[in-house]
Amino acid sequence: MKPTAPLLVAIGGSAGAYELVVAILENLPTHFDAAIVIVLHRNSKYETRIESSLSDRFGREIRAIRDKMPILTNEIYFAPPGYHTLVEPDFIFSLDVSDPVQYSRPSIDVFFESVADVYQDRCVALLLSGANKDGANGFRALIRHGASCYVQQPGEALISTMPQAGLDVHSKVVPWNHQEIINFFRNNLKTETHEND
Amino acid sequence: MAQLKKITEISFEQLQEIVVVLKNVSDYDLSGYTRSSLKRRVERILNLEQMDIVDLKNALINTEGFKQYFVEEVTVNVTAMFRDPAFFNKLATDIIPYLQTFPRLKAWCAGCSTGEEVYSIAILLQENKLYERTFIYGTDVNSKVLEIARRGIYPLSKLKEYTDNFNTYNSKESLSTYYTAGYDGAIINHDVRQNILFSTHNLATDHVFNEFHLILCRNVLIYFDMELQERVINLFYESLALFGFLCLGTKETILRQPVLDNFKVIDKELNIYQKIR
Repeated sequence: MKPTAPLLVAIGGSAGAYELVVAILENLPTHFDAAIVIVLHRNSKYETRIESSLSDRFGREIRAIRDKMPILTNEIYFAPPGYHTLVEPDFIFSLDVSDPVQYSRPSIDVFFESVADVYQDRCVALLLSGANKDGANGFRALIRHGASCYVQQPGEALISTMPQAGLDVHSKVVPWNHQEIINFFRNNLKTETHEND
Repeated sequence: MAQLKKITEISFEQLQEIVVVLKNVSDYDLSGYTRSSLKRRVERILNLEQMDIVDLKNALINTEGFKQYFVEEVTVNVTAMFRDPAFFNKLATDIIPYLQTFPRLKAWCAGCSTGEEVYSIAILLQENKLYERTFIYGTDVNSKVLEIARRGIYPLSKLKEYTDNFNTYNSKESLSTYYTAGYDGAIINHDVRQNILFSTHNLATDHVFNEFHLILCRNVLIYFDMELQERVINLFYESLALFGFLCLGTKETILRQPVLDNFKVIDKELNIYQKIR
């Protein structure tokens, strides 16, 4: 079975990551040949309206993931609070309410690990600011499967714990400064270009 | 970075082998379970038990009681009282008035795990003076969690979260009206427990066993693939009385199921449906 999105861009972040996520979305081309999935730690008690407010702001649908939703190219998805988000071998999302991992649900590790299994080297993962080490174990799985892993340069992150832990996983993990992150999303996902790094 | 112990990983092919072995040696059929989630759960068991895949197959076939243990561990048993308070609000304001028109009520909580949701529904019905004419079935594939459900004793550490949920749903009453607290646990009061039966039922393989006016199955379908979801939704459809209600988890959906034509969508966000034909 072929994925409908040739590339999955997985973004994980926690405290201090939201503004950069908004900047990333702001700089996306109108059409991009990838599915972009954002997993942020947020409290499930307050059903935030991130998706609808960003949809209004950018004039395009930004989806809150629901169970068994297909993963499509040229789409932006947010993991819902209170659930783990996983991807299935037939390239759809699935949700899970098993115990939090590192006190987090959604867990970035859980998401990255399942992305590694399914998308293997057709994945670019990026870890942003955050106060815990969620995502680092996910990086291990992604690197093993040949995915490209990047972190926000820890010195530029509001809270460096998460990107630093990601950076420490492996020498293949590359730190990006703000401009490099923006450039990647602005230039490298355009429909015509098929860059494999 | 050195890791203390190697994390066992299996492939989707190996997962399939486990599913086949289990199916051959027991009544449990996990073939319709969501792959990635199931894989994670199986890897968790392998790590807990310090087993590899050969050990696991061997234990499933040869070790007395292991199949049962495996199924108990592989299914997710996370629940809470008044989980998603907005859902209970909606039930109280929009569904209860409708249920009041039925002379007798039967409710089914499918995949009830340790029973918190069954007791939540019982409390909601009691508050609305409906419980005396209601009977609730709580079912799960896992008989171990049903024992906890029958006992109706929950750790005080969890009661705080449940109370928060309850207060969000309804601040007039106090949840403590419905339980009696001891040193380290709280037991659900007898009057809440009286019209409830907990029993095993496997949504993947078992059939219709009664007719219901209200079916709750929240955050169970997420563990099933689309094909098994369709089977279960049809099972619910056949188990519902005309104008009965089906309530699913807030991130689940039947919007892509053919049987949807027979339902009216009461709330798209909270996933509440009414059987209309």
